[in-house]
Amino acid sequence: MAYQADRSQYPSRRPDGSLDIDLSSGKYLKLWQGPQHPGITGNMSVELTVCGDEVVEGKTHVGYLHRGFEKLMERRTFIQCFPIVCRICVPEPDFNEYCYAAAVEELAGLEVPERADWIRTLILEMGRINSYLMYLGGQAGALGQGVIGQWTTYVRDLMLDRFEELSGARIYHMFIMPGGVRDGLPDGFDQRMEETLREIESTLADVKDVMFNNAVFKKRTVGLGYIDPAIVDQYGVTGPTARAAGVAKDVRRDQPYLVYPQLDFEPVVGQDSDVFTRADVRRRDLLMSVDLIRQILARIPRSGAVMAPLPNVLHWKIPFGETYIRGECSRGEYGYYLVTDGSGYPRRVNVRGPSYTHAMALLERLIVNCNISDVAALMVSLHTYPPEIER
Amino acid sequence: MTMQPLYQALKAGFPIGELTEQRPDLAFITVPREQLRGLLLHLRDQEGFTHLVLLTAVDWIEEDRFQLTYLLHDRKGARDIGLRVMLPRQAVIEGAPMESIHDLWPTAATYQRELREMFGIDFPDSPGVNEDFILEGWREIPPYRRDFDTLKYSNETFAPRPGRESQDPAQYMKAQLYPDGA
Repeated sequence: MAYQADRSQYPSRRPDGSLDIDLSSGKYLKLWQGPQHPGITGNMSVELTVCGDEVVEGKTHVGYLHRGFEKLMERRTFIQCFPIVCRICVPEPDFNEYCYAAAVEELAGLEVPERADWIRTLILEMGRINSYLMYLGGQAGALGQGVIGQWTTYVRDLMLDRFEELSGARIYHMFIMPGGVRDGLPDGFDQRMEETLREIESTLADVKDVMFNNAVFKKRTVGLGYIDPAIVDQYGVTGPTARAAGVAKDVRRDQPYLVYPQLDFEPVVGQDSDVFTRADVRRRDLLMSVDLIRQILARIPRSGAVMAPLPNVLHWKIPFGETYIRGECSRGEYGYYLVTDGSGYPRRVNVRGPSYTHAMALLERLIVNCNISDVAALMVSLHTYPPEIER
Repeated sequence: MTMQPLYQALKAGFPIGELTEQRPDLAFITVPREQLRGLLLHLRDQEGFTHLVLLTAVDWIEEDRFQLTYLLHDRKGARDIGLRVMLPRQAVIEGAPMESIHDLWPTAATYQRELREMFGIDFPDSPGVNEDFILEGWREIPPYRRDFDTLKYSNETFAPRPGRESQDPAQYMKAQLYPDGA
């Protein structure tokens, strides 16, 4: 049962607007959730100030994963940057490869072969499925349903097998490179992919029954973590989190890239903007990705080049310019801002991950007046990955 | 689609620089610092650019300038505009403040906090701007400035680990690709 009392004036505010929290009064307690905690998404932590079991203030702390990618790239040639960008996001690395490659191609004036665009779209949708499967396991796990994570991890592993036969790697694929993709599809790939998709659909039907029709899951998530559609743009909310609030933001449709204009789909939108709706939007979006993969495999060109001719990559200089490339990853808008200065090295690379806004300003706002036991579910529902905050 | 009509409309009201059209749906404009806030408000409230995509900096050390890029997105029009503000680099290093826009977009506070830490660009009015963001206890110059040498810092700070060879990546790749030295 949710706590019903009006807490809006408690604790009181100082004249400057900050909360008047006196820890020595014994009314409040500081509690750290993370950086190592089962109910945290990756290596970040939330510093909670609680009164009883209710959160009165939350502050997100990051910095456990900073590797300085943006700086590292400034002293690497354009081709040397390509194998490190994927490491910015572990569960869905392909978006980094695509955004970086597209930015370099645009500034260098490279024309990517059409077949490569189809394969890129296929890979991005496969990555989206992986990411959603991981999310569903985490969302259910945060509320005590460990078995969902076991099921989704199993089918995710099947999708990793498809990645492995395509790229030779399971996690960091390094398949989308400036100019195109490394190779075409292997023989028999379609058949094995179809089997994997069927397995995913069958598992998702079970997940729907066991997770979404579960009384505990419903009671704890319906109404939790409401995001007002009016703050969606103010707080930079994108992706399924925005779509669950009824704002039909989807870069794949709004600013179509790759071969999305040729595919038949409608963004999945929800209404209630709570944790339950966000989970449901992602489940339906996952099924849409399954459908998109079928559409892609039915129409993908089977022959032709997959790489544009590259200049000598050791002496590759890109003229002065700047650009921004965005795509719709499983968590929202993912983008790369690339500035070049005519040399063989990027002048500046800025990675814009959706978690940057979701896990900081938005989470700190949503977490107020939340019960401690709901913090994990709320955080997971924003689907944040700390590496893309810190880079 | 082109950004020219928007540019002409903006130019009528604000003294702004040239338009750089990168794509039909993406353009950059250099704007005077004092016009930034008015332009952002105009773009947000009148032109539909309601989403602050990113706020970041570029260090043009040779020209003694920092470039701040405010990238805004208009979802209905499916277009983006980047506002470039050039700051005198030396003055910023000596502590000249920059105006905060956290009241226009609450998320800007996070970007400004990162910019203070990584480039040393101060936004004194931004909430929590002086709290460490990523680098706890950092004592060197802000690391994303061009004059911060990561390799030198690493060599001075960390002891070499036996069994690890370090090679110049460009030379190493050259040897791999052209073993006969061609």
